[in-house]
Amino acid sequence: MSNYIAEFETLFRDVLENDDIVLTNETTAHDIEEWDSINHIYLVVEIEKHFKIKFSSSEILQWQNVGEMIQSVEAQK
Amino acid sequence: MNPIFSFRELQKTAKNTTGNTTEIKVAVLGNHTTNFFVKALENQLKVAGFNPSMFESDYDQIDITLIDGDSDLYKFNPEIIVVFESVLKLKDKFYSIKDTESQSEFHASEQNIIQNRVSNIRANGSDAKIVYFSYELLDDEVYGNLFSKIPHSFYNNLWQLNNSMIEFSRNEPDFYVFDINKYLKGIEEYRDWTALINSDLHYSIDTFAKFSHYLAQFFNAFKGHFKKCLILDLDNTTWGGIIGDDGLENIQVGSLGIGKAFTKLQKWAKLLKERGVILAICSKNTESVAKEPFEKHNEMVLRLDDISIFVANWKNKADNIRYIQEVLNIGFDSMVFLDDNPAEREIVRQSLPGVTVPELPKDPAYYIPYIESLNLFETVSYSANDKDRTSQYQQEAKRKKLISSVTNMDDYLKSLEMEGNISPFNNDDVSRIAQLTQRSNQFNLRTQRYTEKDITEFMNSENHLTYAVKLKDKFGDYGLISVIILEKKNDNSYFIDTWIMSCRVLKRDVEYFALNKIVNDVKDKGINIINGEYLPTPKNKLVEDLLTKLTFENDTEENKYLLNTTNYKSHKNYIENE
Repeated sequence: MSNYIAEFETLFRDVLENDDIVLTNETTAHDIEEWDSINHIYLVVEIEKHFKIKFSSSEILQWQNVGEMIQSVEAQK
Repeated sequence: MNPIFSFRELQKTAKNTTGNTTEIKVAVLGNHTTNFFVKALENQLKVAGFNPSMFESDYDQIDITLIDGDSDLYKFNPEIIVVFESVLKLKDKFYSIKDTESQSEFHASEQNIIQNRVSNIRANGSDAKIVYFSYELLDDEVYGNLFSKIPHSFYNNLWQLNNSMIEFSRNEPDFYVFDINKYLKGIEEYRDWTALINSDLHYSIDTFAKFSHYLAQFFNAFKGHFKKCLILDLDNTTWGGIIGDDGLENIQVGSLGIGKAFTKLQKWAKLLKERGVILAICSKNTESVAKEPFEKHNEMVLRLDDISIFVANWKNKADNIRYIQEVLNIGFDSMVFLDDNPAEREIVRQSLPGVTVPELPKDPAYYIPYIESLNLFETVSYSANDKDRTSQYQQEAKRKKLISSVTNMDDYLKSLEMEGNISPFNNDDVSRIAQLTQRSNQFNLRTQRYTEKDITEFMNSENHLTYAVKLKDKFGDYGLISVIILEKKNDNSYFIDTWIMSCRVLKRDVEYFALNKIVNDVKDKGINIINGEYLPTPKNKLVEDLLTKLTFENDTEENKYLLNTTNYKSHKNYIENE
């Protein structure tokens, strides 16, 4: 679990081009300025590429925070 | 540098690209989520060396944006407008039509929309180049392989629409079709169906990066950056085998075996030559041996008269390419060098980083597919004259070769067997003369610009002496290369209003040849003084001491000169009066 959050953090920093981003399971889009609806699409694409998985449409729509995103990844690993 | 087809990598590379000065203003209009496309295009333009400004129309608002003359689009005043519609949106539209008759007419009504959009852009005063995406050929498989017989099928309509767009483009100035289908090939998952449903993302973000790479190449051509010359190595590049070792009978070219791959490369090069690309040879060989296949092998596609410059010797290839560059007088960045030998490629890359040196595959069967995939010869214009370029450069190459074989300038000039013609302006030459006054910057004493009307007035004026100089030599005809206009200022003096010469004939002593004639004419009119003046510009330093060289004396003021014709001694030169 903790491993994934570190990987997520690296990925978020890279994609959103902000090295100050710190993630917890409870982090939501409201907490990060760069995390807007467009960058959300970008993040999802890059997370899928990074972990070599595909999310389903319904999964993507249900996420409430970073923790739930990580759970979706774990479910496929 | 390898093209970047990953959106994220592109984002990073573009971020590290700074200091570009060439501005380019591009507007993008689409009927789907185009944010990523616009970002990718902006980044590719940066990577390609531009300093881009981008405009993105509101989501799915193409027509409103184009109709409204006060829209932000026209305020932005783009140089290029890209219209990018998704086939899936087109499909929704098609599916809303109920009767088969209207379905059959769908492509025509869509073509109408395209033409209306173009009319609106022009009516609102924009002269932007319009780059229109073709539609992805996506079959809904309702009629399967019967589609060609069913005019009301969706897939049939797509083909027809793309074709009519191409047809329209042929005669519509500044309207270009960007074929999306070409660039979708080879991408495994160019559409992410989940992202389509969730985010209206019609192509994956990496696919946008790929489209943008090729658009940036195309825009580069708009801005005058394109490849003008293809330089070919010979052994194992133009033919299989080594001519020096294997001999004429044993090199591989033609319809058998691996020879076919080399023939295909030659045919492609020949078509490029006919399009106006200059072909040059750069080979480590003895010249006579290297030329033999071009002269005697009956399966060679390329012949000597296809080649502008043939360099075969044992010198370093980078030096030989420098020589080719000098003869052609084009930038290294407009040259492509094909060589099967990795070591030769490396030498050229290191010494001449501007030259494009493709990493030719080991297997000649892959030469053509690989080179084609690089899309090296993007262009935005074609005219029938482009074909003549080869012979002009062949003449220039022969002159350069001669100059390297003679030891002094007099011998060289003598051997050129130059013939000159200097005469007053005549009607046939008016447009060429006006063009020279408009375009010449370097060998231009006073940089006076004249229209055809002005030139006609000089031609008919009692007060002016006009001279048009033509030159040819044993290698070819340069045509009209120099223009001189003298104005009678008073009873005893003429003033040199204009003295222009084309830089193609520098150092041939054309200026001495001309002055001899001018002084004669002035004397015949019983006049003694010719006044001259040099008007400096940032570009005409070349002629700052022209009048001094022509034995004018300094006048009292700076940059003013004077020649007294009574003391004039004819200048020696090697140009015969025609």
